[in-house]
Amino acid sequence: MKAKKFLYSQKTAPYVFVLPFILSFIIFWVYPLISAIVMSFQNIGAITVQWVGFKNYAKLLKDSVFHIALANSFEYMLFTCLLLIPFPMLFAVLMDSNLVKAKGVWKAVLYIPALTSVVISGTLFRLMFSEYKTGQMNVLMTQLGLQTVKWLKIKWTSEIALLLLCCWRWTGVNMLYFLSGLKSIDKELYESAEMDGASGWSKFRYITLPLIRPTTIYVLTISIYAGLAMFLESFMLWAGNSSPNNIGLTIVGYLYKRGIEKDQMGYACAVGVVLMVIGLIINFIQLYLNGSFKKEEK
Amino acid sequence: MTDKTSSKAIPESDKTGMHAKRGVLSVIATLWFAILSALIFFPIFAGLIASFRPGRELIRRGLSVNLDISTMNLNNYNYLMSGNADSQKYWMWFRNSLYLTLLTTVLTLLVCYFVAYGITMYEFKLKNLLFFLVIATMMVPFEILMLPLYKEVINLKLIDTTAGVILPGLCAASTIFFFHQYMLSLPKELLDAGRIDGANEYYIAVRIMMPITKPAFSAMAILTAMGSWNNMLWPLLVYRSASKFTLTIGLNTLLTPYGNNYDMLIAGSMMAIVPILILFLAFQRYIIDGMTAGAVKG
Repeated sequence: MKAKKFLYSQKTAPYVFVLPFILSFIIFWVYPLISAIVMSFQNIGAITVQWVGFKNYAKLLKDSVFHIALANSFEYMLFTCLLLIPFPMLFAVLMDSNLVKAKGVWKAVLYIPALTSVVISGTLFRLMFSEYKTGQMNVLMTQLGLQTVKWLKIKWTSEIALLLLCCWRWTGVNMLYFLSGLKSIDKELYESAEMDGASGWSKFRYITLPLIRPTTIYVLTISIYAGLAMFLESFMLWAGNSSPNNIGLTIVGYLYKRGIEKDQMGYACAVGVVLMVIGLIINFIQLYLNGSFKKEEK
Repeated sequence: MTDKTSSKAIPESDKTGMHAKRGVLSVIATLWFAILSALIFFPIFAGLIASFRPGRELIRRGLSVNLDISTMNLNNYNYLMSGNADSQKYWMWFRNSLYLTLLTTVLTLLVCYFVAYGITMYEFKLKNLLFFLVIATMMVPFEILMLPLYKEVINLKLIDTTAGVILPGLCAASTIFFFHQYMLSLPKELLDAGRIDGANEYYIAVRIMMPITKPAFSAMAILTAMGSWNNMLWPLLVYRSASKFTLTIGLNTLLTPYGNNYDMLIAGSMMAIVPILILFLAFQRYIIDGMTAGAVKG
């Protein structure tokens, strides 16, 4: 009876409610995070585990394949941020104006790619970027009077394929993020700016841009992580985790290759820790430059 | 967008001129979204066309839109419906995906609702810390925890089980965060009113507060279901028996270098989009709400 009363009291109830999170946080977040760091200092064999100190990290410094993966992921992240923030933002501003008709239709169609799994979208793109002259992209090249291209065998053309796949999947989603940010802007601001004779551009520059900043920072933050941690897109575009001269290898692809395919968990965890540190540093710098920390101090 | 002055000062003739200008701009803006939508829809359209042709063509020729209705047939779909070993396999994946998606969605929503409820509706010591931890878990991409989690799931004897797939992601930070944001707007007086009527804390959470949180449930249900239906990396690691494969893993096994399964792959891929597309079209308006929460205050 006493136990029941305790369980039902207003003091205990919140702890009961949050218990699943506390458990999940410890078991599925803190524990794996710490073991990732610990394992990165180990050499993990089938039976024996050996402490090797910074050896895995020293090896990573000299591992040229890892450097390729690092460069690829970094490049991909940079380009996706450049493509998937300004354009979706502009599309959202346009969509938010009264100029566009049948908005619902366009919003729905632009969102559809996000509904398809990477297996499907990656396969469709791989086949469209086929090196045969009958693949869609080469058909287009022929129509433009250009030579056919072995898209997925050359570094920069495969980068185009990868970025197009990414833009295809996320333009609509990011546009919706910005649209939701725009919805929260008070329309009267625009009206009073118009009274003062503000041009379209200055309204965008001095009202829209500053006021959707929380959205921009949010999209930028998730884009940085998603870009650095990209794996499946490349995995599906090359139908497996290997591409000619590793042109499609990403950091997580390398982690998967070492950890799962070659069963070198310790080394793979070192890759993961490096990825995490890079991600945290870039996002910290980005948030600092955007003044996100200052705001909280006020 | 480009109106520079307030309408009062403009003579009648200029007004009609501006209307015409607006009309032209409106056509251009709408046309732009129509073109963009056509481009975005194109790969799926190409896939759809290809699904009515022999899969061998895909591997020999790549994917391109080639509308020749006389060579199109329903063979691939008939094959999937035929009840032979392959089609049985496909529908097994389909069932597994449906089951996993349903279970994941129901459990995730319930758990995240209660966690968010505990954090939002009560004042207690750990409140702010817990909220901070929820945000912190969002800052580490899943891919980094993937390997230690995989080892942990093996150690916990959860490998090759649905529990192993679902449990690590059950307390989804973004879902908790969204519920939290939504609940901030709910009147806390309802809790006290319930208490005065003699209801206990859990009765209030389930019978009084849960019904008025329905919009948040709708939004999160769709996003969770979409994520689960298309989830690939984690189920790929956890599931080992072919009888447990989901659609994404199953379709991935068809990607052999010789393309002998492409009949099934292309038609199967197109059909895999159908359930989630229906869900999307039915509940489209909730998705924007669901995405908004993270962005506005993020």
